[in-house]
Order: sequence, then structure tokens, then C-alpha cells
Amino acid sequence: MSVLLAFTAAVLATVGTYLILQRILTRIIIGLGLLGHAANIVLLTSGRRGRPPLIGKGDQAAFADPLPQAFVLTAIVITFGVSALLLALAYRSVLLTADDVVADDVEDRLIAREGAYDEELDEGAA
Amino acid sequence: MATNALVALPVAVPIAGASLAILAGRSRPVQRTIALTSLAVVAVVGILLLIEVDRHGPVALHVGGWAAPIGVTLVADRLAAVLVVVASAVLLAVAVFAIGQPGAERNHVGFQPVYLVLAAGVSASFLTADLFNLFVAFEMMLMASYVLITLGGRLEQVRAGMTYVVISLLASALFLTALGFVYATTGTVDLADLSVRIAGLSPGLRQGLASLLLVVFGIKAGLFPLFSWLPDAYPTAPSPVTAVFAGLLTKVGVYAIIRTQTMLFPGDSPTTLLLVVAGATMLTGVLGAIAQGDVRRILSFQIISHIGSMVMGLALFTVAGLAGAIFYLVHHIVAKTGLFLVAGLIEHVGGSTRLTRLGGLVRTHPAIAVLFAVPALSLAGMPPFSGFVAKLALVDAGFAAGQDAIVWVSLAAAALTIYSLVKVWSAVFWSPAEGETASAPVAPVAPDTAAGVARRPPPLMIAPAAAMAVLSIAIAVGAAPLYRFSERAAENLLRMQPYLEVVGP
Repeated sequence: MSVLLAFTAAVLATVGTYLILQRILTRIIIGLGLLGHAANIVLLTSGRRGRPPLIGKGDQAAFADPLPQAFVLTAIVITFGVSALLLALAYRSVLLTADDVVADDVEDRLIAREGAYDEELDEGAA
Repeated sequence: MATNALVALPVAVPIAGASLAILAGRSRPVQRTIALTSLAVVAVVGILLLIEVDRHGPVALHVGGWAAPIGVTLVADRLAAVLVVVASAVLLAVAVFAIGQPGAERNHVGFQPVYLVLAAGVSASFLTADLFNLFVAFEMMLMASYVLITLGGRLEQVRAGMTYVVISLLASALFLTALGFVYATTGTVDLADLSVRIAGLSPGLRQGLASLLLVVFGIKAGLFPLFSWLPDAYPTAPSPVTAVFAGLLTKVGVYAIIRTQTMLFPGDSPTTLLLVVAGATMLTGVLGAIAQGDVRRILSFQIISHIGSMVMGLALFTVAGLAGAIFYLVHHIVAKTGLFLVAGLIEHVGGSTRLTRLGGLVRTHPAIAVLFAVPALSLAGMPPFSGFVAKLALVDAGFAAGQDAIVWVSLAAAALTIYSLVKVWSAVFWSPAEGETASAPVAPVAPDTAAGVARRPPPLMIAPAAAMAVLSIAIAVGAAPLYRFSERAAENLLRMQPYLEVVGP
């Protein structure tokens, strides 16, 4: 793996992680895209580098490893499909709430409130 | 050769069925026939495979005639075959439930095709002999699950679905990165090849790869620090969808953990990291379940706790421990799906799954109470039921391996599981219904006359829940042969020679 590609993957992963931690859906989706790219670069550079692997075009020992390239193609298609679905979900969320901020889990809030300190209840007890 | 071809059918038949079901989109009866037939075929093929594999050892198929390192290889060994059988039985039951239930399946052209893709993805995950194809199978399954979990597009579904999709995608990106590292260090992604080549790596590198894969599959299985998405996402989906997710999807994660940890990173002694994670998963899951006030959320948190039990079996790295984990896996898929189907029935007759809005169902719907009691008692590990055998096997294996601490943790978690189930039972079935008071119980009324609340569920919803209860009892009755089978499967996992031979160089 060349230093440049390693650096690129690292930067993409960093920016992607930062964006995923936001609460705005569009940013999360862009973040996931960047993380996916980082993973793809790591996968792509895992094989041997070399000339285009076309049989009959030169020395086979000098060919690049075609297997990771096939992996990455598959992975790109899958990421593309899921990203499209995510965008559709984000759009649906905007239609329903006029907002694309990720909401809290209602049930979690309810349970958190159950155990919380209640001033009125405390006064009543005293 | 004929048996080789069988290995492809659990994947190929549902995919073909899904394509046909899309073409038959105008006619719901035709779609249903296609779906039920494909799933039944998978079940039959699964049973044939199971018999063949148990008699003559693992069966491999090199799809398209390409040999192992390059081509797509499918392998059925004992563990994979038994899981294909149980998964197809569960998928079939849930498909019937979905047809019987007014709602999700009836209103959507896409339900049956997507459901079949999910079935194919689950089978492919069990049968694949290659780390990259495991990724593809996971994505196939997850893609279908994304659609199913948001079917209906209600607000809370979109919110919970969003969390689920983002977390799953994050896990997929990590999986791809892990695949990159594995390929860079070993030059292969074939499991059989990897098991040989990873052994030659330095211990630090091996540890790193093992941890990375554990995180990836831990997210999908819902292990201790990584489970937060699960109880949020599962309860919002339509009830048949929740049932199949609860029964199968996390178990596929557990299967992947078992497969990779035993094949790629075999240990001779209990792994401390896995033991700690298992203990923490068991306790946090069950404590979360106790805090909840909704039937489906309680059941979802319990899944996490039981995933911990299975990982405990794996962490012991003995034949007894793994056999216990495999038995637990089979028992839990059936019992948990049954419970979630009953949760769907409760919602159907009671109009809600919140504990405070339900009550008195034991009088109005005694049949549902029985259907809840059987898998619940089984899950709680009560003596005559299948959960007892599973828990006993794990406890026994834990003491035999000298890991007393984890055994006590698991027993505490089991006791708390009983408590969380009693909470559901007393609130839903025994407590007075809304509007009644405990001091003046209303005289028992015929279900049909009680207005609105006591709707009679359609027989097609009752039958699958009953089938799961019967299957759960059958597992308890046939516990001895099934446990011996689990032992043989566990031996296969720890001594991989037959698996490696059948995949070939």
C-alpha cells in the first residue's frame, strides 16, 4: 500500500467518522459514503500492484492482482444501493417531520424520566 | 454429485422465487403460493442435506466449476445444515403468520419478494465458505431487512430504521476494511485457506484481525457494547418482520462469530475477552429488559442477554461449550420467534403491546396465554422445556472448563430473565384489564361480546405461533439426540479436517 493511498484512506475515515457523529441525516449519509470509500481503498490496495491484468498482454507475473478489484466493484455496487435507500429514507423523514435531524428514542426518554428526580413528588412525600 | 447440487438450492430457490413473485405482483394468491412453496422446498432440501451431512461428512459445491480460492464455494457441514433447517422452518411459519395478519403483507406488493431475498441471504450466510461471500450474503440479508423494517413508512419506523441502516452500514464498512487487511496479510479470503495461512501470522496480527472481525459480527449479533441499535429498531417493524428478525438475524451474526473464531483463530483455552463480553452482554441485556414497559421491547432486550449465553459457550472453546452454544442457538431461534409471534397476537387482540394498556388476556384469550407460556417457560429455562437443556449444557460445560465466574453470571441472568417474563405475564395476562379494578373483577365474558378489545385472531395467525410452541416442545422431547448431534457439530468445528478436505486445495 503506497503512503499516499494509506493517507487518503485515513483522512476519509476520519472525516467520515466525524460526520457520522452528527445528528443531521444528510451529513450522516455523506459520512457513511466517505467511510465506504476509505474501506474500498484499503481493500483495493490489499492486492499486488502492477500492469492491467489482461491475459495475452504481457508477462502475467507483472499483472496487478485482479481479485481485490472484483471485490471492490461488488462493494461499490452494494454501497451505492444502500446509499440510495438511505437517501429515500431521509427524504421520507423530511416529508414526515419537515426536518432531517435524528430524533430521540421516545421509549428511552420515557424510561429515563421514570427514574429521574421529581421535585413535586418529593415535596408531597415530605 | 447429486448431493453437491443440493447445497446451492437453499440460496437459489428463494432467489428464483423472489424474481417470480415480482413478476406475479398483481396477484397476491400467486405471490403467496410462490413464497410458501420456495420456503417449503428449502426446508425439505435442508433436511435432506442434514441427513447426508450427518452420515457422510461435509458437502461442498464449487459454483460454476471454479476451484476454491477463486470461485464461489458453498459448504454444508453439520452446523450450517441444522441452521438452514431451523431457519427455513421459522421463515415458513412467519410467512404464514404474515399472510394471516391484516397489515404489512396484504398492503405491499413487495413483501413476499423481499422476504424471499431475506431467506436467500440467511441461507447463503450459513453455507458460504468464503469471507467475501459472507459479506455479500450479509448485504443481501441486510438489504432485504432494511426494506422490511421500514415497510409502511410510519414516522417511528423511519426513525428506528434509519438507526438500523446506519449502524449496519458502519459494520459493513468495517467488514470491508477487515477483508482488506485479511487479504493483504494472507492473500486469500477462502475460509479453508485462511485457517491454514492465518496460523502462520504473528500473534499480534492474528489478534488484531480476530478483534476486528469480532467487532464487525458483534455489531450484527448485538454483543455488549455494540447492541444499542437492536432494542430500538426491532420493536417498530410489523410484527411478523420483528419475529423473523428476532429469531434469525442476530443468530446469523452469532453463527459468523462462531465460524470465524473457531476456524480462523482457534484457541485451546477459554478466551478471557470473549468471556467478559459474554458476561456483560448477558447482564446488560436482561437488566434492560426489566426496565422496559413494552412487550416487544422486553423481548428485544432478552435477545441480547441470550446472545451472551451463546457467546459464553463459544468462549469456553471446548466441545461441550460449543455443543451447548449450538443447542442454545437452535432452541432460541424457535422459542424467540414463537414469543414474538405471540406478541403480534397480543397486539392484534389488545390493540397495543404496552404493559399498562393490557390486562386480563388469560380470561378473554386463554389460547394466547398458553401459546405465550410454552416458549416463555422454555426461554426461562424451566426443567421440562428445551431452554433447560440448553442452559444445563452451558452450565455443565462452564464448570467443566473451570470458569465458575461466568457460570454464576449466567445463572443470575437466567433468574432475571424469569423475572422479566413474569413481569410480562402478570401485566398482560393476569392483571385486571384496563377499566377494571382488582377488587371488583368483571365477570368472564365471551370473547365475541367484549367490545373492541377482545377480537378473535384469525386461525392463520394462531397456527404458526402454535407450530413454534410445538417445535419448542419437540426440541425438549428430542433433546438427547439433538444434543448428541450438537456435540458432533461442535467436534467438526474444533477439528476441521473433513471441512478442509472437502473444500479441496
